[in-house]
Amino acid sequence: MRWMWIDQIIELVPGTRMVAIKNVSLAEEHLHEHFAATDDLPALPVCPASLIIEGMAQTAGILVGSTRDFKEKVILAKIGRAGLDADVFPGQTIRFEAELQHIDDSGAGTAGVVSRTEPGSGRWEVIGHIDLLFSHADRNMAGLDLPEHNFVFGDNLKIILQTAGLGGAIE
Amino acid sequence: MPDSAVLTHDEILEDVREVLIEALVVDTEEVTPEASLTADLQAESIDFLDIVFRLEKAFSTQDKPFKIEQGELFPMNLLENPDWVQDGTFTDAGMEMLKETMPHVDFSDFEHDRDIDKVAATITVTSIVDFVARKLAK
Repeated sequence: MRWMWIDQIIELVPGTRMVAIKNVSLAEEHLHEHFAATDDLPALPVCPASLIIEGMAQTAGILVGSTRDFKEKVILAKIGRAGLDADVFPGQTIRFEAELQHIDDSGAGTAGVVSRTEPGSGRWEVIGHIDLLFSHADRNMAGLDLPEHNFVFGDNLKIILQTAGLGGAIE
Repeated sequence: MPDSAVLTHDEILEDVREVLIEALVVDTEEVTPEASLTADLQAESIDFLDIVFRLEKAFSTQDKPFKIEQGELFPMNLLENPDWVQDGTFTDAGMEMLKETMPHVDFSDFEHDRDIDKVAATITVTSIVDFVARKLAK
């Protein structure tokens, strides 16, 4: 999680659910190319769907990690479902709501709801669902030489957790 | 879905097919009883975890959770035991272990080959159906 794609954790109940938000800004350089103006069309800056999936993966990944005190190396293994019905534009906020469906020694499955809102509107609009499968890497990759330290939950995550008042959650 | 404790074989088959269609994103007609999960339906190792989670959800009831333990559907860490696998093939002891821990799989053809790289391919749709039926009957 070297490149954090959520800004703030709103709610974290380990073993149950986590809610996080991401503010989309025109200052993000990739929006200038996604999509740039052409000879025929004006620029249309929208948050790439792949990065919305990444945001949900980080939200759900933290939820999965927190459930086992961040001891496991939680790796995104499979996107079971990802459907988005609307774009997110600069100035809007994305809300990632992840619920833990299953967890065992091998890994975990999560169900996620993606919403967006206009600043000040106070109303969230559901725009999609993203269900993910995570692997507890140490338990599924026998023979691979993974680092001893938990490279998944690093310094950037600590900042996010501290901001949410959960600074003591990870060593 | 009917009460999972009294499901018929055909009902289990239909539910298993639904699980596999969703987990592996395959067409209905591909999920025949004899289809191999890896060889025919292109399941990868992580798909087995997905399938386990979906089976647990599909066959759990309020009264009786359907919990599949790690290694129950497919044994883990086979390579780590030299009594079971030597030079990439299963020993006689390894074959006995497979038959004992995986009674839901038909190893009659595999027994002549024993190549560890091919053992996952022995798991068919029928294997999963039998696995579920045996667990529900306990």
